[in-house]
Amino acid sequence: MSLKLSTVTLGDVIAERTFEPTNVSLFLYNAAIWNPHRIHYDESYTTQVEKHPGVVVDGPLQGDWLSQVAINWIGDDGQLLSLEYANRRAAYLGECLVSGGTVSAIDPSNNTVTLDLFIKNEQGEITTPGTAVVRLHH
Amino acid sequence: MADLITDDIRAWIGRCDPAQRIEVTRRDIIKYSMATEQCLDKYLRGDEAPPMFLFGAQQPLLPLRELGPDGLRKDSLLPDLPLKRIMAGGVKQTHQRALKPGDVVIITRTLTDIYEKQGSSGPLIFVVYEIEVNTEAGEAIMRETQSRIVR
Repeated sequence: MSLKLSTVTLGDVIAERTFEPTNVSLFLYNAAIWNPHRIHYDESYTTQVEKHPGVVVDGPLQGDWLSQVAINWIGDDGQLLSLEYANRRAAYLGECLVSGGTVSAIDPSNNTVTLDLFIKNEQGEITTPGTAVVRLHH
Repeated sequence: MADLITDDIRAWIGRCDPAQRIEVTRRDIIKYSMATEQCLDKYLRGDEAPPMFLFGAQQPLLPLRELGPDGLRKDSLLPDLPLKRIMAGGVKQTHQRALKPGDVVIITRTLTDIYEKQGSSGPLIFVVYEIEVNTEAGEAIMRETQSRIVR
């Protein structure tokens, strides 16, 4: 399935998606990216030594979930041209995070769409804002 | 505010790592795709790498004895700073094309800036890197500006 540019309207809202990271999912993510930083799997070290309130959900993992808002929306044949995000606020194991986005610009001259993206926590605070530019088919 | 960035620290700006050569495998793509809960079959089958796959692919592989008590390796491109806790800051990426199994890429990383800012809970040091990913044949794959926050 691929999205067509002709069906996209400014302000379109992309369906939200919920992520509930677990010890297992964070372990597998950090193994997959070969990241041994203990704040992502060792709770006593994380809280006692680095003084975080809990095991830290990786910033780049939230960046990936942000990229997925764009790449899942455009489907198999769309192309992600650029992605930008900032890790504004930490997220911790046990939190439920929600990703989403809206269409903020459409450029028919080159078939591109700009998306404003976010990851937010249960309090509605945005942990990771971002933007993506994607190229669609006509 | 005290100046945390000394001349010795500032001298690191412009340094770069030796280029890394990475062979992209289907199995590595699938591991990454499963762990990040990808939805599209092309990623879950490993036919194509998700855009953020490159973040993991560029992490250096070092013997365990070279890891510090926090689990982190001594970063070859991070000067000794007066603040110690390191967090991800953010990225700006442009993608020229997606990676596929069998691609061989050359990744280079340059430390391009170090500066400090006053955060709500104290001073912060930002360390900025430029990352270039090209195929071995020279085709551009991705350009990234990546920042880390030290507090």
